[in-house]
Amino acid sequence: MEQFLQQVVNGLSLGSIYALIALGYTMVYGIIKLINFAHCDVYMIGAYVGYACMTFLHLGFVASLCISMLVCMVLGVIIEKVAYKPLRNAARIAVLITAIGVSYLLEYGMMYFVKANVRTYPEKTGILAMTFQLGNINISMLQILIVAITVVLMIALQLIVKKTRIGKAMRATSQDQDAAELMGINVNTTISFTFALGSALAGAAGVLVGIYYNSIDPLMGFLPGLKAFVAAVFGGIGIIPGAMIGGYFIGIVETFVSGYGGSMYKDAIVFAILILVLIIKPSGLLGKSTREKV
Amino acid sequence: MLEIKDLNVHFGVIHALKGISLSVQDGEIVTLIGANGAGKTTTLRTISGLKKPTSGSILLDGKDITHTTPRDRVKMGMSQVPEGRRVFPEMTVLENLELGAYLRRDRAGIAQDLKMVYERFPRLADRKRQAAGTLSGGEQQMLAMGRALMSRPKILFLDEPSMGLAPLLVQEIFDIIKDINQGGTTILLVEQNASMALQIANRAYVMETGSIVLSGTGEELSNSDDIKKAYLGG
Repeated sequence: MEQFLQQVVNGLSLGSIYALIALGYTMVYGIIKLINFAHCDVYMIGAYVGYACMTFLHLGFVASLCISMLVCMVLGVIIEKVAYKPLRNAARIAVLITAIGVSYLLEYGMMYFVKANVRTYPEKTGILAMTFQLGNINISMLQILIVAITVVLMIALQLIVKKTRIGKAMRATSQDQDAAELMGINVNTTISFTFALGSALAGAAGVLVGIYYNSIDPLMGFLPGLKAFVAAVFGGIGIIPGAMIGGYFIGIVETFVSGYGGSMYKDAIVFAILILVLIIKPSGLLGKSTREKV
Repeated sequence: MLEIKDLNVHFGVIHALKGISLSVQDGEIVTLIGANGAGKTTTLRTISGLKKPTSGSILLDGKDITHTTPRDRVKMGMSQVPEGRRVFPEMTVLENLELGAYLRRDRAGIAQDLKMVYERFPRLADRKRQAAGTLSGGEQQMLAMGRALMSRPKILFLDEPSMGLAPLLVQEIFDIIKDINQGGTTILLVEQNASMALQIANRAYVMETGSIVLSGTGEELSNSDDIKKAYLGG
């Protein structure tokens, strides 16, 4: 039982990270039907920005988190404007290939500037280093912080999407772009805004991973990115609550698999889930199955 | 109010509109009829700014708007009910209507127009919390029309409002169009249902494969032998 609860605690923190990244995938897919492969590298850049803030500028955790989110926001918007916007009317495969290109550019561009070696976040001190004992379960302050920050960001995201003008524009554009334009919605601004939101969440995930696992490198985005993508597909790509549920599901499955002795298989299991979803319900957990007209 | 001069539109190598010219005066109902694929929808999409013309010009109240965005045109008082209704299926009826007023900031005026739309389409009021995708075809058509009215347009463009609807509903929709027009809104109506459209229109244009081949008053065209043969079934 204790082992079980411990794994739940660990799974929730890992799941938070996946959920934050998966949200960016799903929002961008929702609005321009693109799997943005460069998204996982925005997350990596976020981790490096947080690292730079803490190591060189000696900023606190919250300040570093905010700066990182801000930088990623700008980066996401630039990527969209430079790489994807000119291809707005091109074939979807062209944009997809471009996304892979941007991903490599960020990874190896970063490697050129910061070198390929692993870097470690500064030693955690004070409140961040605390751990609590609940019976035999260990809960670290960091785990609580990760889950809390994720929940706050998700609530903020829901409020933006449901209540604000630009959020309504986002939903309208994702459901019918032409009709959205006929309402007077500026589709380009709306798409930029979607990239900004998704990238900010990825930036937050990068910093959280940095302080949680303590090590970052330019290729760190690849595997978590793929898993977050699986999470988004599991929940139903394009559906925001789906990405949240998917993220936590994948995170918990992964920690359980490694917690019960299968750590060699933890990645394989995640991709096995992807295959199963694609066979059984390709539209995902919350997705509506769209019947194709013949 | 609206004037289109020598409009040419291409889709790749296909010459879809071949020098269209037409005009709509203040307060009129003008209809554009013609067979499937004649270019009626393309004409409306170009007028609303969704499609860029290769040449020619579009004037609204004498002002050249050929190179403005759809957003600017909504601001200037143009509003469109697109072909196939195109309501936002996962949003509620109310949210759809609110999006119709997306560019407006006058809360009081929006509330007033919302009331007006509900009065005109009582069924929308009954279903305001329901997702638009769950409405019937006729209700979706009403929602699309209500949504277009929420921007308080000077000129309203309707693309095939009768498509896929039962005859009784078609009559109802056309009565509403007439009523909207009497409220002071100018209307350009694209229709395949020529007989219905000619009944309510002041003037009409007939399109064939990208060109306007005939024009006249609704009455003239209803009585024209060519039209009878081609579009009115005898």
